[in-house]
Amino acid sequence: MNPVNYLYLAALLFTIGATGVLVRRNAIVLFMCVELMLNASNLALVTFSRLHGNLDGQIIAFFTMVVAAAEVVVGLAIIVSVFRTRHSASVDDTNLMKL
Amino acid sequence: MTAALAASLSSQGHSFLSPTGVEIVFVLVGLAVLGAAVLTVSTSQLVHAALWLVVALGGLAIEYLLLTAEFIAWVQVLIYLGSVVVLVLFGLMLTRAPIGRSPDADSGNRWVALGLAVVAAGTLVTLVVDAFRCTWMDLPASGSTSVNGSTQANGEVLFRYWVLPFEALSVLLLAALVGAIVLSRRHREEG
Repeated sequence: MNPVNYLYLAALLFTIGATGVLVRRNAIVLFMCVELMLNASNLALVTFSRLHGNLDGQIIAFFTMVVAAAEVVVGLAIIVSVFRTRHSASVDDTNLMKL
Repeated sequence: MTAALAASLSSQGHSFLSPTGVEIVFVLVGLAVLGAAVLTVSTSQLVHAALWLVVALGGLAIEYLLLTAEFIAWVQVLIYLGSVVVLVLFGLMLTRAPIGRSPDADSGNRWVALGLAVVAAGTLVTLVVDAFRCTWMDLPASGSTSVNGSTQANGEVLFRYWVLPFEALSVLLLAALVGAIVLSRRHREEG
């Protein structure tokens, strides 16, 4: 089985996620696109782990998932608190660092 | 010459015309993942985007299973499908996302972004082709345990070589928890 196919899938998925970050405007949809990009990198890591025959890639993918979960928690808290003060979840309206 | 070529071809195993079951499942699930990802990025109904994200992440879990990364596949199902998507849906509800179409969901620079995306996809795919053109991986025989991503194997590697990052991650999760509580708490004077 040619592992390049898995890496193709990872590259295309990463590109789709990056396009979403560029195109979409709602902050939470941006979050979903970031999750897609993280998952694409996870797929590449697991493929490399399979190629090289050791488990380090899988462990790093596991760590990435945990960090992504932490990122989602903090990011959603920030988005909700921004929404409370500006009544909008659009990233175009958020142009100040202060609340 | 041709006999040697034919012998080498036949010893190489199957061709594109006789795919194995793993390859068929890979192609089908991969197409489903790509389609769901495109719909996640492009649909104008925000809640539907979250549900298409579920399809994409679940398909990725199947791909992990095909790569014999069993533990990662179940962690994917538990963390992403179980908690991240639920959190994202909560976020959509809390920020009162419009149910139904929202035409202002896309930003204005759509064509620039699409051009950039095509360029990025071409670069990444040619890079991957160039780097791994001649690489093949052989699936382990059914009895051998060369690379298996089972929970036992992952746990042994995790707690033998990766203990310090693991403990650091637990501190990171605690920090994220406290940070989320602090950020989302209303101040006393506001109400």
